[in-house]
Amino acid sequence: MDDKTNSVDLGIDLGIDFAGVHFKNPVVVASGTFGFGREYSEFYDLSILGGICVKGLTAAKRLGNPPPRVAETPMGMLNSVGLQNPGVDGFIENELPFLRDIDTNIIANISGNTVEEYASMAEKLSDAAVDMIEVNVSCPNVKEGGIQFGTSAAAVEEVTRAVKSKSNIPVMVKLSPNVTDIAEIALSAQNGGADAISLINTLLAMRIDIHTKRPVLYNNTGGLSGPAVFPVALRMVWQVKQAVSIPILGMGGITNGNDAVEMMLAGASLVGIGTANFSDPYASPKTIEGIKSYLSQKGIKSARDITGSVENN
Amino acid sequence: MADIYLCEIIENTKIAESIYQMKVRNSPLAKLARPGQFANIKCGEERLLRRPISISSIKNDEITFIFETKGEGTKYLSERKIGETLDILAPLGNGFTLPESPFIVVGGGIGVPPLLYAAQAAKGEATAILGFRDKSRIIFSEEFSSICNNVLITTDDGSGGIKGNVLAPLEDLLMEEKYEAVLACGPLPMLKAISKLAMDRGVAVQLSLEERMACGVGACVVCACATIVNGIESMSRVCKDGPVFPAEQIRWD
Repeated sequence: MDDKTNSVDLGIDLGIDFAGVHFKNPVVVASGTFGFGREYSEFYDLSILGGICVKGLTAAKRLGNPPPRVAETPMGMLNSVGLQNPGVDGFIENELPFLRDIDTNIIANISGNTVEEYASMAEKLSDAAVDMIEVNVSCPNVKEGGIQFGTSAAAVEEVTRAVKSKSNIPVMVKLSPNVTDIAEIALSAQNGGADAISLINTLLAMRIDIHTKRPVLYNNTGGLSGPAVFPVALRMVWQVKQAVSIPILGMGGITNGNDAVEMMLAGASLVGIGTANFSDPYASPKTIEGIKSYLSQKGIKSARDITGSVENN
Repeated sequence: MADIYLCEIIENTKIAESIYQMKVRNSPLAKLARPGQFANIKCGEERLLRRPISISSIKNDEITFIFETKGEGTKYLSERKIGETLDILAPLGNGFTLPESPFIVVGGGIGVPPLLYAAQAAKGEATAILGFRDKSRIIFSEEFSSICNNVLITTDDGSGGIKGNVLAPLEDLLMEEKYEAVLACGPLPMLKAISKLAMDRGVAVQLSLEERMACGVGACVVCACATIVNGIESMSRVCKDGPVFPAEQIRWD
């Protein structure tokens, strides 16, 4: 394999087999933070990435919420984009051909109003040959964003089962952190036939401008992401790892290789880089290098060996 | 190509109430940046998001930014010392299409600076109308005077220049002569009124918009602006599809 920067370097194997799909390294860019890849392809060759989770798709095109859609918080940010996207057909026609030319895994993130809508989107995307489907039951910003499914264990199981029945590619379910018992929801996804779990989506949050006395976001509330949520995400990945046997894509506030390693120790097989891309367009490639450097320093030969290797007290 | 450029600060001066002029030196960036483009500037390790600041002029390898201290990020920038280095993601956005002569630039407050570079770069006869809240906030009157045939200053309270806003002098100019274009930057209500005045007289208008941003490169779609492009209602990205838009694309409702 002629790939000096990824799978085989210094005798270190960064490759991860995840729900039947091979990833050249554990680093995946998170949905909603990377568009459909075009913008960051101006900065580096996207084929160095383990995978790309595309901007969340809905059955029909959506314009999203009016601005302001963003507010900064201490080491974090709120967003309320509201699933602006070209719709699943627009994605397949106009965005997927560009992504398919990149030698990396393409993960399609989908949100639906109904169980049937999730299933029909999954069917189209399976036929369009993306590598995986990420079922979004966790967007906090629109009522059609799936959160009404994501906070109920029974609904998560139902949606997962419906998507699985129409998919011939692996299905991952993206969980909301806005629940009481994350392990219960993860188990219901596994019971519904999910091949993997990804978590966390953003935490429902708010800011108010004290001078105007109005919420900063047009939508009043939004989703909190960035380093501020990292410890919450880590704890949830750790809990889910102990509850399920399917692999986990862990994300939420990961900024660098050390954060990524920490997330993997907690139980993640893959890690998602999201908000960090906004602060530094090179955050994802730097994270790959950071993981490699940790493994090299510790004399660990395979990235997969650190997943879940935290020694609990 | 937009990229991260480490730039040395060579000047950082308060030039009006809450307004700072920062000059940085970076030869590759200075060669790349076009009028109307902006930079997304990292404001220390404690703030997650960069701050979008327009490029107000370029001279040799020096890039000038003008910013208003509004929050923690711009406060951080205002405290930077000469010789320090800034992490600057630039040049971003589409920039102005340089107009034919004669043309008018209309700026309101902190919307004035990005028009300077456009007026410098465009060939031909330029008129500038620059509006400010009061005399203490007037900036760039000399800079515009050195490159424009005519510079009109307005202040809301009449403490400097013509009393009132930029619209009355703009209407007068448009009635007197046929202009090829109006380039404008400032508060949205001002831009809306300018667009109507000029477009009603068949003059093309380019607007430079401002919106809260995160990535600055078009990926996160938080800096949305409601537009109609080729008859299709869209949410355009101010950072990538703009910040400069033809006025007829903007949906003001």
